[in-house]
Amino acid sequence: MDSQKRLAAKKKAQGFKYFLMIAPFLILVLLFAYYPLYGWIYSLYDYRPPLKLSQSEFVGLKWFKYLFSNTGQIKQLLQVLKNTFTMSSLMILTSGLPLIFAIFLNEIKASKFKRIVQTLTTLPNFISWVLVYAVAFALFSNSGMVNSVLVDLGIVDQPIKILDSGDHTYLKMLLWSTWKGLGWGAILYLAAIAGTDQELYEAAKVDGANRFHLMRHITLPAMVPTYFVLLMLSIANFLNNGMDQYFVFQNAFNKEQIQVLDLYVYNLGIGTSNSIPLATAISVLKSLISVTLLVSVNGLSKKVRDESII
Amino acid sequence: MEREIRIGKEKYSMSSVVFNIINYLGFTVFTFICVYPFYYLIINSISANHLSANGSIMWLPKEIHFENYKQIIQLSGLGRAAFISVARTALGTLLTTIASGYLGFMFTQKKMWGRKFWYRFIVVTMYFNAGLIPIYLIMRNLQLTNTFWVYIIPLIVQPFNIILVKTYVESISPSLQEAAEIDGAGILTIFWKVIFPISKPILATIAIFSAVGQWNSFQDTLVFVTDQKLYSLQYLLYTYLNQANSLAMLMKNSGASGQNMQAIAMQQTPTSVRMTISVIVVLPILFIYPIFQRYFVKGIMIGSVKG
Repeated sequence: MDSQKRLAAKKKAQGFKYFLMIAPFLILVLLFAYYPLYGWIYSLYDYRPPLKLSQSEFVGLKWFKYLFSNTGQIKQLLQVLKNTFTMSSLMILTSGLPLIFAIFLNEIKASKFKRIVQTLTTLPNFISWVLVYAVAFALFSNSGMVNSVLVDLGIVDQPIKILDSGDHTYLKMLLWSTWKGLGWGAILYLAAIAGTDQELYEAAKVDGANRFHLMRHITLPAMVPTYFVLLMLSIANFLNNGMDQYFVFQNAFNKEQIQVLDLYVYNLGIGTSNSIPLATAISVLKSLISVTLLVSVNGLSKKVRDESII
Repeated sequence: MEREIRIGKEKYSMSSVVFNIINYLGFTVFTFICVYPFYYLIINSISANHLSANGSIMWLPKEIHFENYKQIIQLSGLGRAAFISVARTALGTLLTTIASGYLGFMFTQKKMWGRKFWYRFIVVTMYFNAGLIPIYLIMRNLQLTNTFWVYIIPLIVQPFNIILVKTYVESISPSLQEAAEIDGAGILTIFWKVIFPISKPILATIAIFSAVGQWNSFQDTLVFVTDQKLYSLQYLLYTYLNQANSLAMLMKNSGASGQNMQAIAMQQTPTSVRMTISVIVVLPILFIYPIFQRYFVKGIMIGSVKG
């Protein structure tokens, strides 16, 4: 008995040693993932940067109320929400494109051609948004390739303002993110297709199905589970457009339409103005709504597909 | 019955042939759209600058010269930014890859005190985010803003990577570890000598993704750094894109003078400055990507299996 006890004690000590061995990393997580939540209290103070938080006045929910207080602020917030909702909705509406891309690419039988397409169309996913902007500038600025061709052909007299313009901002942003992400987005679906049972195809062919029947009734259904998970995740991220893309493309002409929530928070708190408490208040609301969305979407997924997405 | 076309021994229906033509054409066009912008940047950066400035070089470079690169490399700040970007990519990738391997392995040790709790403690951080401004404030409180370490330390622990490694190590037979233990190896020796080498495929995938992420990162410089000495290449590119006019003027004054045609062709224009810097920034990705593509694909597949 005694030796067994000693063994158990030794095991326990070892278990604690293992914990200590990962403790430094747990501290990193605490600092960079949990501690920022403490930063939320800045939204409750009348905080002005050179001063310390302890020197600032506690104002309770003033900034949260301020968000909905005057018409100018409400109007701005509504515009930002409209931009966010529009961009996210457009992304969700076009979320089927990678799926279609994969189905059609799967119909290409020349394997070399297929591989080249796959390699080259995923390339834009691996460059930064700054570089996408550089590319956009090279091709679409007033002296860029597109305008010089249009002017040379006499289609237009004056270069068209494509980047320095507030027209069709949503559509342009959608096109850029499609250019960047379409090929890469299709890879997951191609994996799902590769995993489909080949006998299904053979059996259907024996039953007289042509290739369009196969695409519609075998390939497509095989990808629905993957599509569903990604769709749920994009709904959960409805408020999180990210800011890189919108930041690099933003200018005086399109600012009204391009400011999605993430960019607005940045501009408000760090970029153009310095209203840290107000920007924090928006961050708080945004985080809370996002978590709620994720939990509800997960609940929905459990109900519909009996599967958790997180 | 549909009309059929015979090619060699195979029979194709008419609609199938039409579909094939459209399909191949469609993919050719889209692939072209994905690649051409990079090609455009490259040919313009080596063509005569007065031609590239008005967007007239579309297919082949004209009057090839490399003066742009010679001059732009001398731009103050570029060398330093390149060093920062290379350093953060190398160090950041190294640390997060080792940490992911180490933590993923440690979380398979059933003996660990509070194992499940601590694992969830890390994993749950994937699903919430305090928000940009609170994170900025905390980084400032921790005195990490305007330091090189802001690029490295916050990114060491990556929950998703830890999940990947943990799943991978769990699929390896535990007898390997047991055998090493009988030989008297400690846990660190087991990690370093047994688990690390076996986990190479998954760690390579993590390393590649992390390297691309580090190289392309732009937002952290924007938010956390005001010290120009710490600018990353991506951020410098962004500022150069917006200041290309003044940069070109500067280089015109200090660079090649004279009015002969050759000098004009080599005189910096805003366009030549933009394109050349863009090529310098994108080139590492263009080189590394085809070589490592299979890792990228593997990475996303492993991720999807986990779900």
